[in-house]
This record gives sequence, C-alpha cells and structure tokens, in this order.
Amino acid sequence: MLTGIVFALVAGPGPQSPPIFNPGAPGQPSRVISATEAVDLSRTGFVEADVRFMQHMLVHHAQAVEMVELLKSRGASQTVRRLGERIAQSQDAEMALMEEWLTARGLPMAAADPHAGHHGMVDDPNTPLMPGMLSPAQMTALAATSGLEFDRLFLEGMIHHHQGALDMVDALLDDPDAGEDPMLSDFTTSVTADQSAEILRMQSILSEL
Amino acid sequence: MNIRSLLLSSAAAASVLFGAAAVQAQTAPEGQSPPVGTDVRSTLSPGLHDAGQAISNLTLEHSVRPAPGFFDPEAIFAPPTREEAEAARARAAAVEAGTAEPLPPRRYSPLAMANSDMAMSNGRLFVGNFNGFNAYDVSGDGPPELVLSVVCPGGQGDVSVHGNLLFMSVEQNRARLDCGASGAEGDVNAERFRGIRIFDISNLSAPRQIAAVQTCRGSHTHTQVPHPTDPNVLYLYNSGTSSVRKSGELAICQDGEPGENPETALYSIDVIKVPLNAPEQAAIISRPRIFADRETGEIAGLWKGGKFGVAGQDTAQTNQCHDITVYPEAGLAAGACSGNGILLDISDPEHPSRVSELFDPDMSYWHSATFNVAGDKVLFTDEWGGGTSARCRTEDPHSWGADLIATIEDGRLVGQNFFKLPAAQGATENCVAHNGNLIPVPGRDLMLQAWYQGGISIVDFTDPARPTEIAYFDRGPVGERLMIGGHWSAYWFNGRIYASEIARGFDVLKLAPSEHLSAAEIAVAERVMAATNNPQTQTRPVWEDHPDVAQAYLDQLTRSNGIEAGLRERTRAAVEQWRSGRVDRRRATELSQALAVVPETTAKADATRLKALSELFGRVGRGA
Repeated sequence: MLTGIVFALVAGPGPQSPPIFNPGAPGQPSRVISATEAVDLSRTGFVEADVRFMQHMLVHHAQAVEMVELLKSRGASQTVRRLGERIAQSQDAEMALMEEWLTARGLPMAAADPHAGHHGMVDDPNTPLMPGMLSPAQMTALAATSGLEFDRLFLEGMIHHHQGALDMVDALLDDPDAGEDPMLSDFTTSVTADQSAEILRMQSILSEL
Repeated sequence: MNIRSLLLSSAAAASVLFGAAAVQAQTAPEGQSPPVGTDVRSTLSPGLHDAGQAISNLTLEHSVRPAPGFFDPEAIFAPPTREEAEAARARAAAVEAGTAEPLPPRRYSPLAMANSDMAMSNGRLFVGNFNGFNAYDVSGDGPPELVLSVVCPGGQGDVSVHGNLLFMSVEQNRARLDCGASGAEGDVNAERFRGIRIFDISNLSAPRQIAAVQTCRGSHTHTQVPHPTDPNVLYLYNSGTSSVRKSGELAICQDGEPGENPETALYSIDVIKVPLNAPEQAAIISRPRIFADRETGEIAGLWKGGKFGVAGQDTAQTNQCHDITVYPEAGLAAGACSGNGILLDISDPEHPSRVSELFDPDMSYWHSATFNVAGDKVLFTDEWGGGTSARCRTEDPHSWGADLIATIEDGRLVGQNFFKLPAAQGATENCVAHNGNLIPVPGRDLMLQAWYQGGISIVDFTDPARPTEIAYFDRGPVGERLMIGGHWSAYWFNGRIYASEIARGFDVLKLAPSEHLSAAEIAVAERVMAATNNPQTQTRPVWEDHPDVAQAYLDQLTRSNGIEAGLRERTRAAVEQWRSGRVDRRRATELSQALAVVPETTAKADATRLKALSELFGRVGRGA
C-alpha cells in the first residue's frame, strides 16, 4: 500500500465538508473514505508496456516530422503542404508530452536496447522498424523524388505511418494491465482520434491528385 | 450525398474564404471571421491560484477550489524540476543495477483529478471529475456549497442528471465495477468496467451505484434523450471512442472492419434504454449504424477509403462519435463524429438515422455540436490536439482547433465560417475549442464556450459571416511550463455562468451590460429557468412576454441600425408605457401592425426581430 508519500498536512474533509463516498459495485452500499484515501485512489502506476509504448512512439513520431521536413522542399501541392504542417505541429507537441511523461517518471527517452522488440533492422535495410514506419530505404526513395510524385509517395507513406500508430495503440490496450495512467490513456485516445481523421483526409487528397 | 462533389465544393469554398489568409498573415477580409491577434489575455502572469486575470463584460462572482480528496497535495499537476528528474533517473538506473529499492509503484498523474463536464439539477451543480464527481448547492446568492463528494475513478466523468439518478461516462482502462483501483487489497470485486454508471443520489448521506451498463468501446460522453410520450422511459445515446473490448470480456463486442466482420462494434452508437421505475435494468437496446451509406446500406458508408482505390484495405475512420447533442423539440440531433459533422433525425429515438453530413478540410477532430434556438444553425467544435496541446498560438491557423458554424438548409448541413478565440495564448497554455452552450437571449445566437487555458468566451454567431466575441474571462498559465489546466466546460445555467477548471476548481460568473449586450437582454436571459439542465440535451427556451423582451429586441435593432428612427421611437415609448403599467392596447396593436411591415432591404436577423416584436405587441394589444 502506498503510504510513504502521505503527508500529515493533507486535510481531511473539514467540519463543513460532507463525507467522501466511495460506492461499491452496483447494488452494494457505499463506504466513507478520507481525503487521503480519495487521493490515493486517483494514483495509478504504469507497466513496462506503457513505457515501451511511449519510447517507441517517440521514434515513430520523429519519423513523421522528418517526412514533413522533406515535404517542405520537395512537395508540389499546397493542400498537401498544409496538411503536412498540421501533422508536424500535432506530432511535435505530442513528442513533448511523451518526453514529459517519461521524464516525470525518471525514465529514459530511448529503450535500453533499441533493437528489442523490432525485427532485425541493421542487416536488412529494407526491413521496417515499427508498425507503419518507412524503412531507411523507403525514406531514401522518398527523398529522391519531388513534385507530384513526392506528394503521392508522401501521402501513401504517411497513411501507412498513421495506421501503424493506431496499431501500436491497439497493441498496448490489448494488455489488460496497460494504459491505466490517465495521461497516457488520454494520449492514446487523442492519437487515435487525430490520426484517424488525418488518414481520412489523406485518402481523399490522394484520390484527387 | 456525392462525396467527391462535396469535397470539391468545400475545397472551393475554402480557397475563396481562406485563399487570401496565409497562415502567418492572419488577415481578415471584410465579412470574414476575426483573425487571431493578441490582447491582454496573451500576456497574463502564471500561477495556480494567483495567476493574472483578464475579464471583459463579465463579473467573476465566485471561484471555488477543488473539493477535499480531489486535490493531490504532493505534486499538483507539476512536473518535476530538472534536478528532481535527474535524481529520479539516477535512482531508476540504480534500481536496475540492483543497488537501490524500486520506486513506489503509484505516482500522481496530471489529469488524475481533472475537473471535467457539468450538469445542473434542482439547484445543485454537479461537477464531473476523472476521479468521481462533486455536487454543490448553488440555489442561493452566496458561494456554492459542497454537498456531495463521490470517488469512483475511471475518467472522463461526463455527467448528466435525471431526477434522483446521476449518469456518468467511464472509458479508462483502470475503471472497476466497484469504484476501486486495480491492485487494491481487500474483498473487493475488481472486475473491469467501461460504459455508463448509474448512481442513486436521492439521499445525499447515502449515494449508491445501482447499475453499470457495459459498452463495447466504453463511454467518452453520453446524451440523455427523452421518450416522446412515455415519462417512464429515458434513453441514453452513448459515444464510445476507445478500442473495442474483447468478446471474452463482453460478449456483444466484436472488432474488425465491416468487410471482415459485419457484426463489428465499430460504426455505431449505443442506444441505452433506462426504465425509470427500475433503472438497475438499464440496457443497450440497439446499436444503430448511423454511418451507413444511405443508398447501399454499406455499414462504413462515410468516407470509405477503399472506394477511391487507395490502399484498399485501409479503414474508413469515421466510425465513432465524440459527442452528440439532441434537440428533441426539433426532432434533430447533431453529431460530432471524428471525420464528419452529422445531422440525425431522432423522431424515433430508438432508431436515429443520419440525414446529412459535413466534411471540411480544416476540421481535424469534430468534437461537439450545439444548435441555435431556431434549430437552423449548428456550431461544431474541433478539438485539434485533444485538449492537451497549445493550439491557440499566433502561428496556429484560426481555422484549426476552432468552431465551425454551419447552417441547415432544406435539411442539409452547409458549412459557413470559422471562429476561433481571437486572443493568442502562449506555448505553455493548452488551448483549443471546447464545451459550452447557448445563452438564451431572444433574437440572437450566442455561444458561451470554454477554451481550456484560453479561458471562456462568448461569441455571437447570429450572422455566420461575422461571428463576434462579446465577452471573455481568462487567467494566465497554470505554470511556467505547459501544465494541463484551463476551463473544460462553460455553461449557462439558470442565470449564471459556471465554468469547470481542470486544476483550479470552478468559477461562477455573471454577465455585465456593454455595447454588445444590453441590460434588458441580460435580464431576459437571466429569467430563463429550468429545473434540470443537461447541456447536450437542448431545450427550447421560453421567454415570457415582458417589457424587457421588447426592450431586448429594440436594443438589438438599434445596435444593428435595423429599424427606422420614427418606428424606433414609437417602440421605445410603448415599452416605457408597458413597463410603468400604462398599456394602451389600441396603440399597441397599431404598433404591432407597423412593425409587421418589414422593408425589403432589412437584414435577415433584423427581419426576425421585427417580426417577433410585432407579434409581441400584437399579444399586448389583445391583452393576452
């Protein structure tokens, strides 16, 4: 039980405050708890899967930002450019959130073993890293094009990239013990929502190119 | 709807509306939405409880701090300093090396006790929280008084009230049937729960959870829908946005795209029926496929990516709604559903059906929808960034993370214009359009709304071509770094503005007269009372005939120069007579007839006001 961090300063409900109730399962009575217990119930832990998710997603996001960098000098369509701007802004901000989450827990930004959980990437330059990511060879190919062809490759790549992020979220939430931290939980919902809508948008732009 | 042509038309509209407005320039040609600039709100000093404040045309009456048990004294929303973070990292390394004890497993987390959405019932304000909810007595003139605290973790705490029942949305993985925390010891039933909880709050000394309706994708928000005729039945429309649960956990849930699995839990909303005389029997009765293609009946009918021949296996991503607002008196609901805004016919509440949909390239994530009183406009919000990012900076385009104002024409949604908080916020303030409701002033469409750390703002969207901010309240950032905070919701309830603040509690504000809003208009709004107010279930306000109502219309017509000077004087005199009790019925009838003659050049909103004024004096003339 978490008791080491409780301060004596924590005021319970004062004489004027009503009691704090913690209901039971449906049909069961409620019990009265203290303010300290209430605060304790709000605290959550995190598991290894959560940490790996954040560390991997950082790498994943970084590639999206890289792809948008290429777009700035190689893209043709204004629409694609604007979409790219939005993607880059969103993912930059999310990277800051993820770094913050890891820092606050005294955790490193990068996984101890960068090859853990990935398919052997070093030897075969065509093997992708994480779900949806472009392999080094694919990134090179992207950088070698420009104009309309670049826009097309960019959109296809980014759609695939976004889908990978959604798959990563799904994989995380498959673990019954993962995703308990409210910030992480909220973050996964945001990633799902934003990137789903962006896939939609990219598919329709692609169909019009 | 031809998807392709709609896209082209909105793209064409976009290039006309925004072609000239480069991201950096933020110029606003005549008749456009105001650009994002800076004002006093852009440079307020930071602080949790002592931040700088800026207020315009509002009065702050009370600021209520979080309730006991809903405030973490150890590290309130504050990330560690660099020194603390480095010490923590060193410790983690030592733990791995086996030279130190592991850190305690449970830590604070921002958002763990975020104040979220609200509802009001019988003089009590219910403030939802990621850790439960609190209720305050706001029936008197004094400060709100805490009367009930309930702890039941699981987020996001969207609440609604009906009589003695309180409904709460739960979506987080951590939620348990018994309102406990995972890993808690004792003889608790630790089963996972995601869906809608039902509490009996008839006795403030003994609140109880009486039901927990499990849903496939949890409950991000829910909306109450009354039965058209049976007072014993209440419906809840549930919007779940989380990943689908395993069938093993909940038998009715299956995942997958409709092509693979026609029984998929995606692409629908849940309709829950609550028998009010036996609410513990509440259950899902249908899961209508509201995204189905109207012609083919194809389940994933909106924006099916495969149709365009691109990456054929990819999913169409409008498969969930974030929030649905119902307007039963109009027989309509407006849904903000990931990639689209939609309009639903709810004349048969058990079988809502989609009648129109809207797409816009600048909308990132459709979040909420609010109808105007007449039911011919919808204000959608875009929660670009999810609410945890700073999206109101000068470099953020004013059409991103903003309000989209649409009109309903011949039953179809037509996008008109954007509105965004006109004062830029800093990089340390999470900010984007969020929840609100209407301020019931007749003759105008006024939206009160929260913008997280952008504060609260009231926008007049009567003329979609010229949305104008008319009042605001804002504080400086919570901290020196980006710390999640700000106003989650701002609602008008029974004469006052209540605004829940994620980290700071909630605020109570009052309207103040200005060039944008007269004392009479405020008086009329303040007189609109309702026993229960659940913002996503809109009700038509009733404005009893009163001299203030006539004065309100007159003030509006004067402001917009929409009434001829002589007629204006006659009306003013008639209102004064009425106010002093000296009504001349014949003259009132004559005035009514004069007002009914509306010049052809009159603007639409003014024509509506003149007509309403005419009808009002008609009733006065008849002694009605």
